Amino acid sequence: MSTANQAAVERYRNNFLKEVEANVEEGHMVKMCMQCGVCAGSCPLGPHWEHSPQKIFMMIRAGKRDEVLGSDSMFMCTSCYNCIVRCPRQLPITHIMHGLANYAHRLGIAPKGQPTREFATLFWNNLTKKGRVNELTLTLRHYFRGGLVSGIKEALAMQGVGLGLLKAKRLNPMEIFGGHGVKDLKGFHAIIAKAKEIEDRKKGFTA
Amino acid sequence: MADNKFAAYICSGCGIGDAMKVPQLEAIAKKEGKMAVVKSHPFLCNAEGVQMIKDDIANEAVTHVCIAACSRRAKTEAFQFDGVAMSRANLREGVLWVVAAGKDHDEVRQEMAADYIRMGCAEVKKMTQPAGNVKESSSKRILVVGGGMSGMTAALEIAEAGYEAVLVEKTGALGGMAAKLWKRQPFKTPYSAPQEVDAGETAARVAANPKIKLYLNSTIAETSGAPGRFVVKVAQESGAVTDETVGAIVQATGFTTYDTAKLPELGGGQPNVVDQAGLEAMAKAANGGAIKRADGKEVKSVVFVQCAGQRDDTGAHLSYCSGHCCGTSIKQATYFKDQNPDVDTVIMYQDLRVPGMGEDFYRSAQERGVIFTKGKASRVAGGDTCSVTFKDLILDDENTIAADLVVLATGQVPNAGVDLEAWNPVVTAAEGGDEAAKAQRIVMHGSSVLKLNYRQGPDMPQFKHGFADSHFICFPYETRRTGIYAAGPVRRPMDMLQATDDATGAALKAIQAVENAALGRAAHPRSGDLSFPKARLEGCTQCKRCTVECPFGAIDEDEKRFPVFNEERCRRCGTCMGACPVRVISFENYSVDTVGSQVKAIEVPEEDEEKPRILVLACENDAYPALDMAGLARLNYSAFVRVIPVRCLGSVNTIWITDALNSGYDGVMMMGCKKGDEYQCHFVKGSELAHYRMSKIGDTLKQMGLEPERVVTQEVAITDNARVVKLINDYVAELDKLGPSPMKGFG
Repeated sequence: MSTANQAAVERYRNNFLKEVEANVEEGHMVKMCMQCGVCAGSCPLGPHWEHSPQKIFMMIRAGKRDEVLGSDSMFMCTSCYNCIVRCPRQLPITHIMHGLANYAHRLGIAPKGQPTREFATLFWNNLTKKGRVNELTLTLRHYFRGGLVSGIKEALAMQGVGLGLLKAKRLNPMEIFGGHGVKDLKGFHAIIAKAKEIEDRKKGFTA
Repeated sequence: MADNKFAAYICSGCGIGDAMKVPQLEAIAKKEGKMAVVKSHPFLCNAEGVQMIKDDIANEAVTHVCIAACSRRAKTEAFQFDGVAMSRANLREGVLWVVAAGKDHDEVRQEMAADYIRMGCAEVKKMTQPAGNVKESSSKRILVVGGGMSGMTAALEIAEAGYEAVLVEKTGALGGMAAKLWKRQPFKTPYSAPQEVDAGETAARVAANPKIKLYLNSTIAETSGAPGRFVVKVAQESGAVTDETVGAIVQATGFTTYDTAKLPELGGGQPNVVDQAGLEAMAKAANGGAIKRADGKEVKSVVFVQCAGQRDDTGAHLSYCSGHCCGTSIKQATYFKDQNPDVDTVIMYQDLRVPGMGEDFYRSAQERGVIFTKGKASRVAGGDTCSVTFKDLILDDENTIAADLVVLATGQVPNAGVDLEAWNPVVTAAEGGDEAAKAQRIVMHGSSVLKLNYRQGPDMPQFKHGFADSHFICFPYETRRTGIYAAGPVRRPMDMLQATDDATGAALKAIQAVENAALGRAAHPRSGDLSFPKARLEGCTQCKRCTVECPFGAIDEDEKRFPVFNEERCRRCGTCMGACPVRVISFENYSVDTVGSQVKAIEVPEEDEEKPRILVLACENDAYPALDMAGLARLNYSAFVRVIPVRCLGSVNTIWITDALNSGYDGVMMMGCKKGDEYQCHFVKGSELAHYRMSKIGDTLKQMGLEPERVVTQEVAITDNARVVKLINDYVAELDKLGPSPMKGFG
């Protein structure tokens, strides 16, 4: 258990709802759910979720902290916004799902190896390095996430696309050596660091 | 009778004159209908046409008028002539609009119109214009039974409308259940916080009102009479009995909470498990401070168990939803949250139902942090730490919550007095000499609220689940005891806002009742009708069918078991007339003769003409409008039917059926309202009785050598215009297969 997680458990004990309200984006709206199930019925990926948004809201109220934060359900959301549009109580369900996923991730108890979580991490790290997405390294890291053999296989399968991009000058092979960044990279890193500091403070992740 | 002068007026407007030969109809009215005056007019309902009739009434001394034009339901304001008996032959909706157009149908159309003229003339000749029975001494005071929120509201509304009210309350104080509440559910915008009950203030207004006579610690020892002349014996605590004469009664006797002792599995009777009324008492004691348990400990966590002993399908507890309890639990949860937001409040519901503006209140409780858990509690253990074991219906697992206090949301049990379904067999047994039944009758009578001395029992009939009578679908305040109105939770489960609305409605109905009674007019639904049943008692065989079957308990029995008609209690449905085997009961403008003569007036074609005749007796409340509506929609039905509207299917006397079949009709179809638990009959039991009576008609048909299919009874709704057409056409086709009636030519 991460220290942040331990601290959160300590602070909120059995009142998971309060923890969600304090730390999760739009978490204060969870209590307004009236359990009609329209979100669950509207979700195009519904059958692939272990727990529908309706159930997640109920589990939060029932204090099922480990089940919710350890669930991969929130990572299944594709941000189609169907649920937000239909919710009779106007809960920002999509935002809450992302908020919960983010909270679980930061506590370090989100499921390991969850593809959405992994790719998002990859994307974020790639982006914050130079202030730009390095498409070549991002793609390669993604292909080789499962090891050398599967990486080579995946890269070969996509070689046609890669060569096409190369010919059209949409892909610069030199980018593999770190690539170009934004102007004033130092300043950019300072902005990101400050934003993280503010967010950590808000969400109680500061030591 | 020598002074009667009959006139027929035939309208040729709306296309009647184009499709039918009006001169021939006039000849029939003159010759066969024996009308002294016969006139036709191209636009009878316009000022000129109406003036023509008025002139004849004034100058020619016409006393009886047959209007052959549109349906009796149309142009009622134009064709209204005071002091004159009137029948209506329905040539427009009944013939022109329903018989297929074109030359091919000219013959049958003309025959149909001619028969309606014959019927209209025959009917009016048997009618007398009812004079009414104005009562000089009719009382316009209104008795209100029960001094709770509903009763107080009813009394105040009556007084504010300028009438005198007599309020009888069993206990020593006004306020009832409302006085025991700390606060009430919000009834004003923004519907987000509980509001003051103000029962004390309302009680003070009642006590101070000079038009309200108040009896506390009093019950009713006997109620006799009828609307406009009820005599109520009010028994006071001192033993004194006062007679109060009133014109109408509002029964607002409210409810009792369901006994939690019947819910041991939900912790009923265990420490720190209370019902909602129990919590109100705790909140009142706390007076805005922290709510404390009986042992003095401050409540830090509370679980509300909804539907405790309600919506139960095992038969052990109440089967219905009491409607107010979700809102009440929400309100009670806010008692805790508003005092201390850290108190854990869980409302455990299966289906949350918050009628009215309750949804806003529900949302406001969620905003306060009240937790709503969709679950079904299976076991509650009381004690220092209570526990509630429940099944989470969303997550589908078994769970247990601990709490300092558990509140059971139990239901409302109506205080409706004696259940007549149970009463009647006891009376029958007691009259048969059964000693146990005699003792039971005394006990049951003691539990009665109104103690009516009616032949049909001491209280109003109960509807469902022991709630007092109500015509739930059309006229919720109406009961089967004319002039007696049920208001508030005694009638159906409801919250305080609904109860006050209900009491206002019942008060206004009671005012209508006293005014109608004074004028000798019928109450709802034949409002304003001046006719009332008259019986030739010399022909009566004391069979008691009328006294038993009257849906409104209007008929008592004298010592010799002759019927005693209380006309003020009568709704003029004619069920007694339909019941009477010796046909001694009749109304001035509606009798065995007025309909019977119509049945016999038509011309039945010979068998070889292949023109069957089918009599349709249609209830004037739903079936006849549906037939009119079919005409309005230009739906065609067979021109072989002859429709006679009846006040209620319950008024159909079997003699009409046998007369029709004897006269050579090929079949008789009756159309009444839906019967049974979900009835739509305006007279509640009329349609049901008619169906029952017709189920016994098979023997008669057999004696006549006729097939049972020749008489059918149908249930139709007012919206069934397409269906009535299909019913008629299918029946005509069925009779066609059966072949002509063997009785033809004998009539």
